[in-house]
Amino acid sequence: MKTTNFALVGVGGQGVLLASDILSELGAHVGFDVKKSEVHGMAQRGGSVLSQVRWGDKVYAPLVGKGSVDYLVSFELLEALRWLDFLKPDGIAVVNEQRLPPLAVSSGGMEYPSEERIRKALSQASKEYYIVPALAKAQELGTERATNVVLLGALSRHLDVPEKQWLEVIEKRVPKKYVDLNRKAFAAGQSL
Amino acid sequence: MKVLLSGNEAVARGAYESGVVFASAYPGTPSTEILENIVQYKEIYAEWSPNEKVALDAAIGAAYAGKRALAAMKMVGLNVAAEALFYSSHTGFDGALVIVSADDPGMHSSQNEQDNRHYAKFAKVPMLEPTDSQEAKDFVGLALDISEKFDTPVLLRLSTRICHSSTLVELGERKAVKDEPKPFVRNPAKYSMIPGFARRRHPVMEQRLKDLAEYAETFPYNKAEWGDRSLGVVANGVAYQYAREVFPEASFLRLGMSWPLPEKLIRDFASQVDKVVVIEELDPFLEEHLKIMGIEVAAGKEFFPILDEFNPGIVRDAAFKAGLVDETVGVQKVEMGDLPPRPPVLCAGCPHRPVYYMLKKYGLVVNSDIGCYALAVLPPIATTDTLGCMGASIGVAHGINRAGVEERAVATIGDSTLWHAGMPGLLNVVYNKSNTVTIILDNLTTAMTGHQPHPSTGRTLMGEETVKGDFEALARAMGYDEVRTVDPLNLEELEEALKASLDSNKPAVVITRSPCIFMYDERPALYYVDVERCNACGRCFEIGCPAVIRSEAIHEKSGKAKAEINSILCFGCAVCEQVCARNAIHLVEE
Repeated sequence: MKTTNFALVGVGGQGVLLASDILSELGAHVGFDVKKSEVHGMAQRGGSVLSQVRWGDKVYAPLVGKGSVDYLVSFELLEALRWLDFLKPDGIAVVNEQRLPPLAVSSGGMEYPSEERIRKALSQASKEYYIVPALAKAQELGTERATNVVLLGALSRHLDVPEKQWLEVIEKRVPKKYVDLNRKAFAAGQSL
Repeated sequence: MKVLLSGNEAVARGAYESGVVFASAYPGTPSTEILENIVQYKEIYAEWSPNEKVALDAAIGAAYAGKRALAAMKMVGLNVAAEALFYSSHTGFDGALVIVSADDPGMHSSQNEQDNRHYAKFAKVPMLEPTDSQEAKDFVGLALDISEKFDTPVLLRLSTRICHSSTLVELGERKAVKDEPKPFVRNPAKYSMIPGFARRRHPVMEQRLKDLAEYAETFPYNKAEWGDRSLGVVANGVAYQYAREVFPEASFLRLGMSWPLPEKLIRDFASQVDKVVVIEELDPFLEEHLKIMGIEVAAGKEFFPILDEFNPGIVRDAAFKAGLVDETVGVQKVEMGDLPPRPPVLCAGCPHRPVYYMLKKYGLVVNSDIGCYALAVLPPIATTDTLGCMGASIGVAHGINRAGVEERAVATIGDSTLWHAGMPGLLNVVYNKSNTVTIILDNLTTAMTGHQPHPSTGRTLMGEETVKGDFEALARAMGYDEVRTVDPLNLEELEEALKASLDSNKPAVVITRSPCIFMYDERPALYYVDVERCNACGRCFEIGCPAVIRSEAIHEKSGKAKAEINSILCFGCAVCEQVCARNAIHLVEE
């Protein structure tokens, strides 16, 4: 099988790293060689976060460059735009409908990109793109923190992995008392 | 069973499996998680030492005691520990020692880019370099075996991408170790490096290098992987993985041991391929040695950059330019336009912020140090003039003041950083009598690397209670008369202390003590802006807090945006309330 490359992007504190943990565990669970790469430290102080996950029969590099990602999962609209050139032309983008204006916008003079501009860039750079209300779904379930699993549910529609295996990994990775919530979050994502 | 482990987790597991009983480190990205994971293994004593030099001295002591020891540090930490590396290379041990150096190509979280392979050659010690987590684990054991066999410290060099990438690892059992105390092996001629004894050790080291070079020829991870012989790639570390993706058909010589080099193996490989290319991150370390050996390198650093870390895209682009591959990556031309940047910022409620706000007000030359407060270099705070390395702030401020400039120079340094490398500089100011004011930003934790305990937190890495170092007593013991401790979230108090310290014209210390916001279970308070009262003067924006944002409401006369407080981000520090001249910022009564 060809290697499948994922990029998960967002803002420090949004749960990007847990989502990429689940996605990499899932790859191993279904029997692939897996590599995952992310950067810790200074970047986590509210900065832009990128985590990369690769599945395949044999994966060498833990990360890929621009123009190499099959699935871009963005937790935030502006961040989707920032990392868009990582996508392959036939790649798919799944984007959470949430705006987190950075300081340059909230107290500086810069404009947050318009929805029109974001949609235009997404349609230009991807085969298919989906802007999904993952945050809203998570809030309906009572916690913003489930946004990451809702997004994984939305991503799962594009992958050939049985639901059962997703749920097995999610159950393994989240604290016991949140398993039920996360099952619901995953189901909510699948319906988006 | 295979599990996904990061390189750092794998090194910790390797320490466990290979019978390490002592591990020491100072936190530093990308190496921090090694000790944080080692501490889970109850068989290993683990400590955060105050700095890397002390960590290495301590690990050397454990190896002198006949045990298997590990010291871990980021690459600039090895600069701090270099003196210990050199003497331990002379002495060797009764036990064994592996020193983990986590390099940071690309400077994700470092003040400079340096290639620590040079240290192996410089200190005449062997160096191993894994290409994934499995090897990171296995190499800990191999390094300790080499250390025992050749009576030498062994460097294990990781890079950010090895440390922070997760790959599948086969776990093993812990090697049986004898951990009972035995009599200390007294051998001053070997362990006491006075010149007379060190002179006798030097030829031993030279012979050891020759023996190690011989061993390198058979080291199982120095090996040729034969493919198409028209191209032979010599690579090590994570660069090997990138090169494997870019040249799936080529022949490879991967060097898991990057010092000393297996010259016979390299010559043999080079003679069997049409052309040799060297793919390595940072400096042309392998390339230069191949050239010294008289091997023609068809493509090296003129194509594969010295700067920054690699990825498969960069390696492919370079290979394309070198004429080694037919196509480069098709990066899409997406019209992204100018995007608002999202750099890391000091958190809302961070107690460092008001200190810099005040220093800006007084127009001081601010010499800073390594920690979260390095974020004060950039807008919106932009109140730092110099920043070099751990502990540099105080020495530099002293030098500026002694040499003389129109403004006064001050130093800002965090609590953990002061314990790490600030004490000699602090002593120098008072001993050599400059009017330098040192501000110790005491947020009661090692914040930037993830809130590790340090010598004034009253807690050790293993969770034991311990003494709390006292900065006031320290400064007074050094001879300071001007010592003040304030709450930086109280601007009046902060300003008074700063002013009095500057006015004294004497060596002075101001300790600004307030916990990092991560030390709270819940936020202490929340503030809001009374839109009616706000006149859009913008003073609260000058603090540079991410929670204080421009509101949609516009002040009629000036046409400027009024302020608003983001109720999710606000941590209730009340600094904006104190700078507001209109009394428009108030506590939310909950």
